[in-house]
Amino acid sequence: MKKQLFAALAAVALVSGCASTAPVEEEVVVSVTVEEQAGQDEAFVQNAKDRVFFGFDKSNLTPDAVAVLKTQAEWLKANPEKKVVVEGHTDDRGTRDYNLALGERRAVAVKNYLISRGVDADRIRVISYGKERPAVVGANEAAWSQNRRAVTVVKD
Amino acid sequence: MKKIFLCVLFLSVVASLSAKAELSIDITGAHSEPMATGLPVFSASDSKAKEFSEKITQVIASDLESSGLFRILDSLAYLQTFKGIEDAPVFVDWQAIKAEALIQGHIDYLNERQIRVSVRLWDVYAAQELYSATLEIDNKGWRRAAHMIADAVYKRITGEEGYFDTRIVYIAETGSPLNRIKRLAIMDQDGENHQFLTDGLNLVLTPRFSPNMQQITYLSFYKDTPRVYLFDIETGKQQVVGDFPGMTFAPRFSPDGHKLIMSMAENGNTDIYEMDLDTRVVKQLTRSAAIETSPSYSPDGKQIVFNSDRSGAQQLYVMDANGKNVKRISFGNGRYATPVWSPRGDYIAFTKMAGGKFYIGVMFPDGKGERLVAEGYLVEAPTWSPNGRILMYFRQEPPDRSGIPGATKIYAVDITGYNERRLITPVDASDPAWSPLLSNR
Repeated sequence: MKKQLFAALAAVALVSGCASTAPVEEEVVVSVTVEEQAGQDEAFVQNAKDRVFFGFDKSNLTPDAVAVLKTQAEWLKANPEKKVVVEGHTDDRGTRDYNLALGERRAVAVKNYLISRGVDADRIRVISYGKERPAVVGANEAAWSQNRRAVTVVKD
Repeated sequence: MKKIFLCVLFLSVVASLSAKAELSIDITGAHSEPMATGLPVFSASDSKAKEFSEKITQVIASDLESSGLFRILDSLAYLQTFKGIEDAPVFVDWQAIKAEALIQGHIDYLNERQIRVSVRLWDVYAAQELYSATLEIDNKGWRRAAHMIADAVYKRITGEEGYFDTRIVYIAETGSPLNRIKRLAIMDQDGENHQFLTDGLNLVLTPRFSPNMQQITYLSFYKDTPRVYLFDIETGKQQVVGDFPGMTFAPRFSPDGHKLIMSMAENGNTDIYEMDLDTRVVKQLTRSAAIETSPSYSPDGKQIVFNSDRSGAQQLYVMDANGKNVKRISFGNGRYATPVWSPRGDYIAFTKMAGGKFYIGVMFPDGKGERLVAEGYLVEAPTWSPNGRILMYFRQEPPDRSGIPGATKIYAVDITGYNERRLITPVDASDPAWSPLLSNR
Protein backbone atom coordinates (compact mmCIF):
# COMPACT_ATOMS: atom_id res chain seq x y z
CA MET A 1 0.00 0.00 0.00
CA LYS A 2 1.30 3.38 -0.98
CA LYS A 3 0.44 5.02 2.30
CA GLN A 4 2.26 2.38 4.29
CA LEU A 5 5.33 2.58 2.10
CA PHE A 6 5.50 6.31 2.65
CA ALA A 7 5.17 5.87 6.38
CA ALA A 8 8.06 3.42 6.33
CA LEU A 9 10.30 5.92 4.56
CA ALA A 10 9.36 8.67 6.96
CA ALA A 11 10.15 6.41 9.87
CA VAL A 12 13.60 5.47 8.57
CA ALA A 13 14.40 9.14 8.08
CA LEU A 14 13.42 9.74 11.68
CA VAL A 15 15.76 7.06 12.98
CA SER A 16 18.77 8.31 11.06
CA GLY A 17 17.99 11.84 12.18
CA CYS A 18 18.03 10.78 15.78
CA ALA A 19 21.04 8.53 15.49
CA SER A 20 23.14 11.44 14.29
CA THR A 21 22.52 13.22 17.57
CA ALA A 22 23.37 10.14 19.60
CA PRO A 23 26.20 8.43 17.72
CA VAL A 24 27.28 6.23 20.62
CA GLU A 25 24.01 4.35 20.62
CA GLU A 26 23.60 4.38 16.87
CA GLU A 27 24.16 0.71 16.11
CA VAL A 28 21.68 -0.58 18.67
CA VAL A 29 18.68 1.42 17.55
CA VAL A 30 16.65 -0.74 15.27
CA SER A 31 14.21 0.25 12.58
CA VAL A 32 10.82 1.70 13.19
CA THR A 33 7.53 -0.02 12.70
CA VAL A 34 5.08 1.15 10.11
CA GLU A 35 2.13 -0.59 11.67
CA GLU A 36 0.98 2.25 13.88
CA GLN A 37 1.30 4.51 10.84
CA ALA A 38 -1.07 2.53 8.67
CA GLY A 39 -3.68 4.93 7.42
CA GLN A 40 -1.65 7.97 8.41
CA ASP A 41 -2.29 10.96 6.13
CA GLU A 42 0.65 11.55 3.75
CA ALA A 43 0.12 15.25 3.36
CA PHE A 44 0.02 15.70 7.11
CA VAL A 45 3.33 13.91 7.66
CA GLN A 46 4.90 15.88 4.80
CA ASN A 47 3.75 19.27 6.04
CA ALA A 48 3.90 18.75 9.77
CA LYS A 49 5.92 16.21 11.74
CA ASP A 50 3.52 13.71 13.28
CA ARG A 51 5.17 13.16 16.67
CA VAL A 52 6.65 14.90 19.69
CA PHE A 53 8.98 13.48 22.35
CA PHE A 54 9.03 13.68 26.14
CA GLY A 55 11.57 13.43 28.95
CA PHE A 56 11.67 10.40 31.26
CA ASP A 57 8.47 10.21 33.34
CA LYS A 58 7.49 13.64 31.95
CA SER A 59 4.48 14.91 30.09
CA ASN A 60 5.36 18.59 29.70
CA LEU A 61 5.92 19.87 26.13
CA THR A 62 9.51 20.75 25.26
CA PRO A 63 10.27 23.77 22.99
CA ASP A 64 10.89 21.27 20.15
CA ALA A 65 7.51 19.70 20.80
CA VAL A 66 5.77 23.07 20.79
CA ALA A 67 7.36 23.90 17.43
CA VAL A 68 6.07 20.63 15.94
CA LEU A 69 2.60 21.11 17.40
CA LYS A 70 2.35 24.64 15.97
CA THR A 71 2.79 23.22 12.45
CA GLN A 72 0.30 20.43 13.26
CA ALA A 73 -2.24 23.02 14.41
CA GLU A 74 -1.76 25.13 11.26
CA TRP A 75 -2.20 22.09 9.03
CA LEU A 76 -5.33 21.03 10.91
CA LYS A 77 -6.83 24.51 10.64
CA ALA A 78 -6.12 24.46 6.89
CA ASN A 79 -7.77 21.02 6.63
CA PRO A 80 -10.90 21.45 8.73
CA GLU A 81 -12.52 18.23 7.48
CA LYS A 82 -9.79 16.08 9.08
CA LYS A 83 -9.92 14.55 12.54
CA VAL A 84 -7.01 13.25 14.56
CA VAL A 85 -6.25 10.65 17.21
CA VAL A 86 -3.36 11.56 19.50
CA GLU A 87 -1.62 8.38 20.69
CA GLY A 88 0.34 8.63 23.94
CA HIS A 89 3.27 6.24 24.37
CA THR A 90 6.01 5.53 26.92
CA ASP A 91 9.32 3.71 27.07
CA ASP A 92 9.50 0.33 28.84
CA ARG A 93 11.21 1.65 31.98
CA GLY A 94 7.98 1.79 33.94
CA THR A 95 5.20 -0.52 35.02
CA ARG A 96 2.24 -1.27 32.75
CA ASP A 97 -0.55 0.48 34.67
CA TYR A 98 1.44 3.62 35.41
CA ASN A 99 2.63 3.86 31.80
CA LEU A 100 -0.95 3.73 30.54
CA ALA A 101 -1.70 6.74 32.77
CA LEU A 102 1.51 8.51 31.70
CA GLY A 103 0.72 7.94 28.00
CA GLU A 104 -2.71 9.46 28.57
CA ARG A 105 -1.13 12.50 30.24
CA ARG A 106 1.15 12.96 27.21
CA ALA A 107 -1.67 12.60 24.67
CA VAL A 108 -3.79 15.09 26.63
CA ALA A 109 -0.87 17.57 26.78
CA VAL A 110 -0.76 17.49 22.97
CA LYS A 111 -4.54 17.71 22.65
CA ASN A 112 -4.71 20.70 24.98
CA TYR A 113 -1.97 22.50 23.07
CA LEU A 114 -3.69 21.92 19.73
CA ILE A 115 -6.92 23.29 21.23
CA SER A 116 -5.03 26.34 22.53
CA ARG A 117 -3.85 26.96 18.95
CA GLY A 118 -7.43 27.04 17.69
CA VAL A 119 -8.15 23.42 16.73
CA ASP A 120 -11.69 22.36 17.64
CA ALA A 121 -11.67 19.93 20.61
CA ASP A 122 -14.26 17.73 18.86
CA ARG A 123 -11.71 16.91 16.17
CA ILE A 124 -9.19 15.43 18.62
CA ARG A 125 -9.48 12.03 20.30
CA VAL A 126 -6.79 10.68 22.62
CA ILE A 127 -5.70 7.11 23.32
CA SER A 128 -2.90 5.79 25.48
CA TYR A 129 -0.95 2.68 24.57
CA GLY A 130 1.44 2.98 27.53
CA LYS A 131 4.47 0.84 26.76
CA GLU A 132 2.56 -1.55 24.47
CA ARG A 133 3.51 -0.06 21.08
CA PRO A 134 7.16 1.04 21.06
CA ALA A 135 8.46 2.77 17.91
CA VAL A 136 11.88 1.11 18.21
CA VAL A 137 13.43 -1.84 20.01
CA GLY A 138 16.42 -1.16 22.21
CA ALA A 139 17.67 -1.21 25.79
CA ASN A 140 19.32 2.21 25.71
CA GLU A 141 18.45 5.88 26.03
CA ALA A 142 18.44 6.43 22.26
CA ALA A 143 15.66 3.90 21.85
CA TRP A 144 13.75 4.88 24.98
CA SER A 145 13.73 8.57 24.01
CA GLN A 146 12.08 7.72 20.68
CA ASN A 147 9.44 5.64 22.43
CA ARG A 148 8.45 8.41 24.88
CA ARG A 149 6.21 10.10 22.35
CA ALA A 150 2.80 11.31 21.32
CA VAL A 151 1.87 10.64 17.70
CA THR A 152 -0.86 12.61 15.96
CA VAL A 153 -2.63 10.31 13.51
CA VAL A 154 -4.97 11.88 10.96
CA LYS A 155 -8.27 10.09 10.39
CA ASP A 156 -10.41 11.04 7.40
CA MET B 1 -14.92 -24.37 28.94
CA LYS B 2 -14.86 -27.94 30.08
CA LYS B 3 -16.02 -28.56 33.55
CA ILE B 4 -14.36 -31.27 35.55
CA PHE B 5 -16.71 -33.17 37.73
CA LEU B 6 -14.93 -34.08 40.87
CA CYS B 7 -16.43 -36.02 43.71
CA VAL B 8 -14.13 -36.08 46.65
CA LEU B 9 -14.51 -38.26 49.67
CA PHE B 10 -12.10 -37.86 52.50
CA LEU B 11 -12.84 -41.00 54.44
CA SER B 12 -10.25 -40.56 57.08
CA VAL B 13 -7.67 -38.05 58.09
CA VAL B 14 -5.44 -39.45 60.74
CA ALA B 15 -3.43 -36.83 62.50
CA SER B 16 -0.65 -37.75 64.81
CA LEU B 17 -0.91 -36.23 68.25
CA SER B 18 2.51 -37.30 69.38
CA ALA B 19 4.33 -34.79 71.58
CA LYS B 20 7.83 -35.48 70.29
CA ALA B 21 9.50 -33.55 67.46
CA GLU B 22 7.47 -34.17 64.32
CA LEU B 23 8.49 -34.44 60.74
CA SER B 24 7.96 -30.89 59.53
CA ILE B 25 9.40 -28.09 57.42
CA ASP B 26 9.41 -24.48 58.58
CA ILE B 27 8.93 -22.46 55.39
CA THR B 28 8.82 -19.08 57.10
CA GLY B 29 12.49 -18.79 57.83
CA ALA B 30 15.80 -19.39 56.13
CA HIS B 31 16.49 -21.85 53.35
CA SER B 32 16.40 -25.45 54.49
CA GLU B 33 17.39 -28.74 52.88
CA PRO B 34 14.54 -30.33 50.93
CA MET B 35 12.94 -33.27 52.71
CA ALA B 36 14.09 -36.63 51.29
CA THR B 37 10.87 -38.34 50.26
CA GLY B 38 10.15 -41.84 49.02
CA LEU B 39 7.34 -41.88 46.47
CA PRO B 40 6.98 -45.25 44.77
CA VAL B 41 4.56 -45.44 41.83
CA PHE B 42 1.14 -46.05 43.36
CA SER B 43 0.07 -49.68 43.29
CA ALA B 44 -2.90 -50.48 41.04
CA SER B 45 -5.84 -52.88 41.19
CA ASP B 46 -5.47 -53.81 37.49
CA SER B 47 -3.99 -52.68 34.20
CA LYS B 48 -6.64 -49.96 33.77
CA ALA B 49 -5.81 -48.53 37.18
CA LYS B 50 -2.12 -48.72 36.37
CA GLU B 51 -2.53 -46.14 33.58
CA PHE B 52 -3.65 -43.64 36.17
CA SER B 53 -1.25 -44.65 38.91
CA GLU B 54 1.83 -43.71 36.91
CA LYS B 55 0.41 -40.35 35.80
CA ILE B 56 -0.88 -39.43 39.24
CA THR B 57 2.38 -40.36 40.99
CA GLN B 58 4.31 -38.29 38.46
CA VAL B 59 2.19 -35.16 39.03
CA ILE B 60 2.46 -35.47 42.82
CA ALA B 61 6.24 -35.82 42.51
CA SER B 62 6.62 -32.82 40.24
CA ASP B 63 4.33 -30.64 42.41
CA LEU B 64 6.27 -31.45 45.57
CA GLU B 65 9.68 -31.05 43.94
CA SER B 66 8.71 -27.70 42.37
CA SER B 67 8.12 -26.31 45.87
CA GLY B 68 11.81 -26.75 46.60
CA LEU B 69 10.84 -28.30 49.94
CA PHE B 70 10.84 -31.97 48.91
CA ARG B 71 13.40 -34.13 47.11
CA ILE B 72 11.85 -37.26 45.62
CA LEU B 73 14.37 -40.11 45.97
CA ASP B 74 15.35 -42.13 42.91
CA SER B 75 12.90 -45.03 42.59
CA LEU B 76 15.72 -47.40 41.50
CA ALA B 77 16.99 -47.28 45.09
CA TYR B 78 13.68 -48.37 46.63
CA LEU B 79 13.90 -51.70 48.46
CA GLN B 80 10.20 -52.23 49.15
CA THR B 81 7.41 -52.65 46.59
CA PHE B 82 3.87 -52.01 47.84
CA LYS B 83 1.10 -54.27 46.58
CA GLY B 84 -1.75 -52.35 48.13
CA ILE B 85 -2.65 -49.56 50.54
CA GLU B 86 -2.83 -52.01 53.48
CA ASP B 87 0.79 -53.13 52.97
CA ALA B 88 2.71 -51.77 55.96
CA PRO B 89 5.96 -49.96 55.21
CA VAL B 90 9.15 -51.77 56.12
CA PHE B 91 10.62 -48.72 57.78
CA VAL B 92 14.22 -50.00 57.94
CA ASP B 93 14.13 -50.35 54.14
CA TRP B 94 13.21 -46.68 53.80
CA GLN B 95 15.61 -45.59 56.55
CA ALA B 96 18.36 -47.41 54.65
CA ILE B 97 17.97 -45.07 51.67
CA LYS B 98 17.64 -42.07 54.02
CA ALA B 99 14.02 -41.31 53.23
CA GLU B 100 12.52 -39.01 55.87
CA ALA B 101 8.98 -39.07 54.48
CA LEU B 102 7.23 -41.80 52.54
CA ILE B 103 4.13 -41.42 50.38
CA GLN B 104 2.29 -44.67 49.71
CA GLY B 105 -0.68 -44.85 47.35
CA HIS B 106 -3.03 -47.16 45.54
CA ILE B 107 -5.49 -46.81 42.65
CA ASP B 108 -8.66 -48.87 42.24
CA TYR B 109 -10.42 -48.87 38.91
CA LEU B 110 -14.12 -48.63 39.84
CA ASN B 111 -15.82 -48.32 36.45
CA GLU B 112 -15.44 -46.53 33.13
CA ARG B 113 -15.93 -43.19 34.78
CA GLN B 114 -14.43 -43.50 38.21
CA ILE B 115 -11.27 -44.40 40.05
CA ARG B 116 -10.47 -44.47 43.75
CA VAL B 117 -7.18 -43.02 44.95
CA SER B 118 -5.91 -43.98 48.41
CA VAL B 119 -2.87 -42.36 49.93
CA ARG B 120 -0.87 -42.59 53.18
CA LEU B 121 1.92 -40.31 54.36
CA TRP B 122 4.52 -41.78 56.73
CA ASP B 123 7.21 -40.39 59.00
CA VAL B 124 9.95 -42.94 58.26
CA TYR B 125 12.11 -42.44 61.37
CA ALA B 126 9.23 -42.24 63.83
CA ALA B 127 7.54 -45.15 62.00
CA GLN B 128 4.29 -43.25 62.20
CA GLU B 129 1.41 -42.46 59.90
CA LEU B 130 0.96 -38.69 59.48
CA TYR B 131 -1.97 -38.56 57.10
CA SER B 132 -4.26 -40.75 55.03
CA ALA B 133 -7.06 -40.07 52.60
CA THR B 134 -9.22 -41.75 49.99
CA LEU B 135 -10.67 -39.90 47.00
CA GLU B 136 -13.25 -41.24 44.58
CA ILE B 137 -13.00 -39.18 41.45
CA ASP B 138 -14.21 -38.88 37.92
CA ASN B 139 -11.22 -40.24 36.04
CA LYS B 140 -11.05 -37.10 33.88
CA GLY B 141 -10.20 -35.31 37.12
CA TRP B 142 -7.09 -37.42 37.83
CA ARG B 143 -4.78 -34.44 37.46
CA ARG B 144 -6.70 -32.39 40.03
CA ALA B 145 -6.76 -35.37 42.39
CA ALA B 146 -2.96 -35.53 42.17
CA HIS B 147 -2.70 -31.80 42.93
CA MET B 148 -5.03 -32.19 45.91
CA ILE B 149 -2.95 -35.04 47.32
CA ALA B 150 0.22 -32.96 46.85
CA ASP B 151 -1.55 -30.07 48.64
CA ALA B 152 -2.50 -32.37 51.53
CA VAL B 153 1.08 -33.64 51.89
CA TYR B 154 2.43 -30.08 51.71
CA LYS B 155 -0.03 -28.95 54.37
CA ARG B 156 0.70 -31.88 56.69
CA ILE B 157 4.46 -31.30 56.49
CA THR B 158 4.66 -27.47 56.43
CA GLY B 159 1.53 -26.55 58.39
CA GLU B 160 0.55 -24.18 55.56
CA GLU B 161 -2.21 -24.49 52.98
CA GLY B 162 -0.96 -25.89 49.68
CA TYR B 163 -1.21 -24.19 46.30
CA PHE B 164 -0.94 -26.96 43.69
CA ASP B 165 -4.67 -27.20 42.91
CA THR B 166 -4.71 -23.71 41.38
CA ARG B 167 -4.72 -22.02 37.98
CA ILE B 168 -2.92 -19.10 36.40
CA VAL B 169 -4.49 -16.56 34.05
CA TYR B 170 -1.95 -14.55 32.07
CA ILE B 171 -1.24 -12.70 28.83
CA ALA B 172 0.22 -14.83 26.02
CA GLU B 173 2.46 -12.74 23.77
CA THR B 174 3.43 -13.36 20.14
CA GLY B 175 4.55 -11.37 17.12
CA SER B 176 6.65 -8.26 16.61
CA PRO B 177 7.78 -6.38 19.73
CA LEU B 178 6.53 -3.23 18.02
CA ASN B 179 2.99 -4.50 17.59
CA ARG B 180 2.66 -7.34 20.05
CA ILE B 181 -0.29 -9.71 19.78
CA LYS B 182 -1.63 -10.34 23.27
CA ARG B 183 -4.18 -12.95 24.26
CA LEU B 184 -5.81 -13.97 27.51
CA ALA B 185 -4.70 -17.48 28.41
CA ILE B 186 -5.29 -19.82 31.32
CA MET B 187 -3.44 -22.88 32.59
CA ASP B 188 -2.94 -25.02 35.66
CA GLN B 189 -0.28 -23.84 38.10
CA ASP B 190 2.14 -26.39 36.57
CA GLY B 191 1.49 -25.23 32.99
CA GLU B 192 -0.87 -28.09 32.05
CA ASN B 193 -4.39 -27.72 30.59
CA HIS B 194 -3.29 -24.64 28.71
CA GLN B 195 -5.98 -22.73 26.86
CA PHE B 196 -6.14 -19.43 24.96
CA LEU B 197 -9.27 -17.46 25.92
CA THR B 198 -9.19 -14.61 23.36
CA ASP B 199 -8.16 -14.54 19.71
CA GLY B 200 -5.57 -11.75 19.76
CA LEU B 201 -7.54 -9.31 17.60
CA ASN B 202 -7.70 -6.87 20.50
CA LEU B 203 -4.85 -5.89 22.79
CA VAL B 204 -5.60 -7.24 26.28
CA LEU B 205 -3.68 -6.64 29.52
CA THR B 206 -3.60 -7.30 33.30
CA PRO B 207 -6.13 -10.13 33.88
CA ARG B 208 -7.23 -10.97 37.47
CA PHE B 209 -9.43 -13.77 38.83
CA SER B 210 -12.59 -13.15 40.80
CA PRO B 211 -12.44 -14.85 44.22
CA ASN B 212 -14.94 -17.53 43.10
CA MET B 213 -12.95 -18.16 39.89
CA GLN B 214 -16.00 -17.65 37.69
CA GLN B 215 -14.80 -14.43 36.13
CA ILE B 216 -11.66 -12.66 34.99
CA THR B 217 -11.40 -8.89 34.91
CA TYR B 218 -8.92 -7.37 32.45
CA LEU B 219 -8.22 -4.44 30.15
CA SER B 220 -9.15 -4.68 26.46
CA PHE B 221 -8.49 -2.22 23.63
CA TYR B 222 -11.64 -3.40 21.80
CA LYS B 223 -12.60 -0.78 19.18
CA ASP B 224 -9.53 1.30 20.15
CA THR B 225 -11.31 2.16 23.39
CA PRO B 226 -9.33 0.82 26.36
CA ARG B 227 -11.80 -0.24 29.05
CA VAL B 228 -12.07 -2.75 31.89
CA TYR B 229 -13.96 -5.93 30.91
CA LEU B 230 -15.31 -9.02 32.60
CA PHE B 231 -14.73 -12.44 31.04
CA ASP B 232 -16.99 -15.30 32.12
CA ILE B 233 -14.87 -18.46 32.32
CA GLU B 234 -17.80 -20.86 31.85
CA THR B 235 -19.43 -19.16 28.86
CA GLY B 236 -16.54 -17.18 27.34
CA LYS B 237 -18.79 -14.09 27.29
CA GLN B 238 -17.07 -10.72 27.52
CA GLN B 239 -18.71 -7.60 28.82
CA VAL B 240 -17.49 -4.03 29.33
CA VAL B 241 -17.64 -2.75 32.92
CA GLY B 242 -19.66 0.42 33.34
CA ASP B 243 -19.91 3.46 31.11
CA PHE B 244 -16.87 5.59 31.85
CA PRO B 245 -15.92 8.76 29.96
CA GLY B 246 -12.20 7.91 30.03
CA MET B 247 -9.85 4.93 29.84
CA THR B 248 -10.42 2.45 32.68
CA PHE B 249 -7.59 0.08 33.59
CA ALA B 250 -5.72 -1.75 36.38
CA PRO B 251 -8.83 -3.62 37.64
CA ARG B 252 -9.00 -5.95 40.64
CA PHE B 253 -11.82 -7.67 42.51
CA SER B 254 -12.57 -7.03 46.16
CA PRO B 255 -12.00 -10.10 48.38
CA ASP B 256 -15.79 -10.74 48.55
CA GLY B 257 -16.05 -10.47 44.75
CA HIS B 258 -18.83 -7.88 44.86
CA LYS B 259 -16.73 -4.87 43.88
CA LEU B 260 -14.09 -3.89 41.37
CA ILE B 261 -11.44 -1.26 41.94
CA MET B 262 -9.69 0.27 38.97
CA SER B 263 -8.18 3.45 37.62
CA MET B 264 -9.78 5.87 35.22
CA ALA B 265 -7.75 8.38 33.19
CA GLU B 266 -9.49 11.47 31.91
CA ASN B 267 -8.13 14.84 30.83
CA GLY B 268 -4.60 13.91 31.87
CA ASN B 269 -5.48 12.81 35.39
CA THR B 270 -5.77 9.26 36.75
CA ASP B 271 -7.72 8.43 39.91
CA ILE B 272 -8.98 5.27 41.59
CA TYR B 273 -12.66 4.27 41.39
CA GLU B 274 -14.69 1.51 42.94
CA MET B 275 -17.66 -0.09 41.24
CA ASP B 276 -20.26 -2.16 43.06
CA LEU B 277 -20.90 -5.05 40.65
CA ASP B 278 -24.37 -5.73 42.07
CA THR B 279 -25.73 -2.16 41.96
CA ARG B 280 -23.29 -0.74 39.32
CA VAL B 281 -22.82 2.30 41.56
CA VAL B 282 -19.43 3.97 40.98
CA LYS B 283 -17.50 5.79 43.70
CA GLN B 284 -14.39 7.92 43.20
CA LEU B 285 -11.83 7.08 45.91
CA THR B 286 -8.88 9.41 45.17
CA ARG B 287 -8.97 13.03 44.11
CA SER B 288 -5.53 14.36 43.35
CA ALA B 289 -3.90 15.72 40.21
CA ALA B 290 -1.38 12.88 40.40
CA ILE B 291 -1.49 9.44 38.78
CA GLU B 292 -3.18 7.01 41.20
CA THR B 293 -3.22 3.44 39.96
CA SER B 294 -2.63 -0.30 40.58
CA PRO B 295 -5.04 -0.53 43.55
CA SER B 296 -5.25 -3.76 45.58
CA TYR B 297 -7.50 -4.58 48.56
CA SER B 298 -6.30 -5.98 51.86
CA PRO B 299 -7.70 -9.52 52.39
CA ASP B 300 -10.31 -8.19 54.87
CA GLY B 301 -11.45 -5.64 52.26
CA LYS B 302 -11.01 -2.75 54.70
CA GLN B 303 -7.97 -1.10 53.12
CA ILE B 304 -6.51 -0.45 49.67
CA VAL B 305 -2.84 -0.19 48.73
CA PHE B 306 -2.02 1.70 45.50
CA ASN B 307 0.74 3.66 43.85
CA SER B 308 0.73 7.42 43.30
CA ASP B 309 3.23 9.94 41.97
CA ARG B 310 1.81 12.74 44.14
CA SER B 311 5.21 13.11 45.85
CA GLY B 312 6.87 13.58 42.43
CA ALA B 313 7.63 9.91 41.73
CA GLN B 314 5.76 6.64 42.17
CA GLN B 315 5.43 5.53 45.80
CA LEU B 316 3.09 3.18 47.65
CA TYR B 317 0.16 4.42 49.74
CA VAL B 318 -2.46 2.73 51.90
CA MET B 319 -5.95 4.15 52.44
CA ASP B 320 -9.20 2.97 53.96
CA ALA B 321 -11.55 1.30 51.46
CA ASN B 322 -13.67 4.50 51.41
CA GLY B 323 -10.68 6.59 50.27
CA LYS B 324 -9.97 8.17 53.66
CA ASN B 325 -6.78 8.11 55.80
CA VAL B 326 -4.25 8.02 52.96
CA LYS B 327 -0.77 7.13 54.27
CA ARG B 328 2.46 6.79 52.32
CA ILE B 329 4.26 3.54 53.19
CA SER B 330 7.29 3.33 50.84
CA PHE B 331 10.27 5.57 51.49
CA GLY B 332 13.23 3.69 49.99
CA ASN B 333 15.35 4.78 47.04
CA GLY B 334 13.67 4.40 43.69
CA ARG B 335 10.11 4.17 42.41
CA TYR B 336 7.58 1.68 43.77
CA ALA B 337 4.66 0.28 41.78
CA THR B 338 2.06 -2.52 41.38
CA PRO B 339 1.51 -3.21 45.09
CA VAL B 340 -0.41 -6.42 45.85
CA TRP B 341 -1.62 -7.34 49.31
CA SER B 342 -0.81 -10.93 50.35
CA PRO B 343 -3.87 -13.17 50.86
CA ARG B 344 -2.55 -13.71 54.42
CA GLY B 345 -2.42 -9.97 55.02
CA ASP B 346 1.14 -10.05 56.32
CA TYR B 347 3.02 -8.57 53.33
CA ILE B 348 2.61 -6.26 50.37
CA ALA B 349 4.48 -7.33 47.21
CA PHE B 350 5.59 -4.67 44.73
CA THR B 351 7.66 -3.82 41.67
CA LYS B 352 10.55 -1.46 42.40
CA MET B 353 12.60 0.52 39.90
CA ALA B 354 16.00 1.83 40.95
CA GLY B 355 19.37 2.37 39.27
CA GLY B 356 18.12 1.28 35.86
CA LYS B 357 16.91 -2.09 37.17
CA PHE B 358 13.58 -3.57 38.16
CA TYR B 359 12.99 -5.59 41.32
CA ILE B 360 10.23 -7.66 42.87
CA GLY B 361 10.04 -7.20 46.63
CA VAL B 362 7.90 -7.52 49.72
CA MET B 363 7.33 -5.20 52.69
CA PHE B 364 5.06 -5.21 55.72
CA PRO B 365 1.82 -3.23 55.30
CA ASP B 366 3.35 -0.41 57.39
CA GLY B 367 6.23 -0.13 54.87
CA LYS B 368 8.86 -1.67 57.15
CA GLY B 369 10.96 -4.78 56.49
CA GLU B 370 11.49 -4.29 52.74
CA ARG B 371 13.11 -7.32 51.11
CA LEU B 372 13.86 -7.80 47.40
CA VAL B 373 13.37 -11.30 45.99
CA ALA B 374 14.04 -10.93 42.24
CA GLU B 375 15.78 -8.47 39.93
CA GLY B 376 16.39 -7.91 36.22
CA TYR B 377 16.20 -5.57 33.24
CA LEU B 378 12.44 -5.78 33.63
CA VAL B 379 10.64 -7.83 36.29
CA GLU B 380 7.08 -6.76 37.01
CA ALA B 381 3.61 -7.58 38.28
CA PRO B 382 3.92 -9.89 41.32
CA THR B 383 0.96 -12.13 42.13
CA TRP B 384 0.59 -14.22 45.30
CA SER B 385 0.09 -17.94 45.70
CA PRO B 386 -3.10 -18.43 47.74
CA ASN B 387 -1.03 -19.41 50.79
CA GLY B 388 1.01 -16.19 50.58
CA ARG B 389 4.35 -18.01 50.42
CA ILE B 390 5.23 -17.74 46.73
CA LEU B 391 5.24 -14.88 44.24
CA MET B 392 4.81 -15.20 40.51
CA TYR B 393 5.82 -12.35 38.20
CA PHE B 394 7.10 -11.87 34.65
CA ARG B 395 10.61 -11.25 33.47
CA GLN B 396 11.39 -9.56 30.15
CA GLU B 397 14.98 -9.95 28.99
CA PRO B 398 16.49 -6.89 27.25
CA PRO B 399 16.84 -6.90 23.46
CA ASP B 400 20.28 -7.91 22.25
CA ARG B 401 22.58 -5.50 20.41
CA SER B 402 21.15 -6.39 17.03
CA GLY B 403 17.71 -5.44 18.31
CA ILE B 404 16.30 -8.93 18.63
CA PRO B 405 13.87 -8.68 21.55
CA GLY B 406 14.45 -10.73 24.66
CA ALA B 407 12.09 -13.43 25.88
CA THR B 408 9.23 -12.57 28.25
CA LYS B 409 8.43 -15.40 30.68
CA ILE B 410 6.64 -16.04 33.95
CA TYR B 411 8.69 -16.99 37.00
CA ALA B 412 7.90 -18.00 40.56
CA VAL B 413 10.02 -17.43 43.65
CA ASP B 414 9.53 -18.15 47.35
CA ILE B 415 9.17 -14.98 49.44
CA THR B 416 12.41 -16.04 51.10
CA GLY B 417 14.04 -15.30 47.70
CA TYR B 418 14.89 -18.96 47.15
CA ASN B 419 13.77 -21.48 44.52
CA GLU B 420 13.24 -19.14 41.56
CA ARG B 421 11.90 -21.15 38.62
CA ARG B 422 10.40 -20.51 35.19
CA LEU B 423 6.93 -21.63 34.18
CA ILE B 424 6.77 -23.42 30.87
CA THR B 425 4.35 -21.64 28.51
CA PRO B 426 3.81 -22.31 24.79
CA VAL B 427 4.67 -18.71 23.87
CA ASP B 428 5.97 -15.62 25.68
CA ALA B 429 4.01 -14.78 28.82
CA SER B 430 3.35 -11.75 31.05
CA ASP B 431 0.90 -10.33 33.62
CA PRO B 432 0.29 -13.57 35.58
CA ALA B 433 -2.50 -13.78 38.15
CA TRP B 434 -2.75 -16.71 40.56
CA SER B 435 -6.16 -18.19 41.38
CA PRO B 436 -7.43 -19.07 44.85
CA LEU B 437 -7.13 -22.73 45.90
CA LEU B 438 -9.78 -24.42 43.72
CA SER B 439 -10.82 -26.92 46.38
CA ASN B 440 -11.36 -24.11 48.91
CA ARG B 441 -13.63 -21.85 46.92
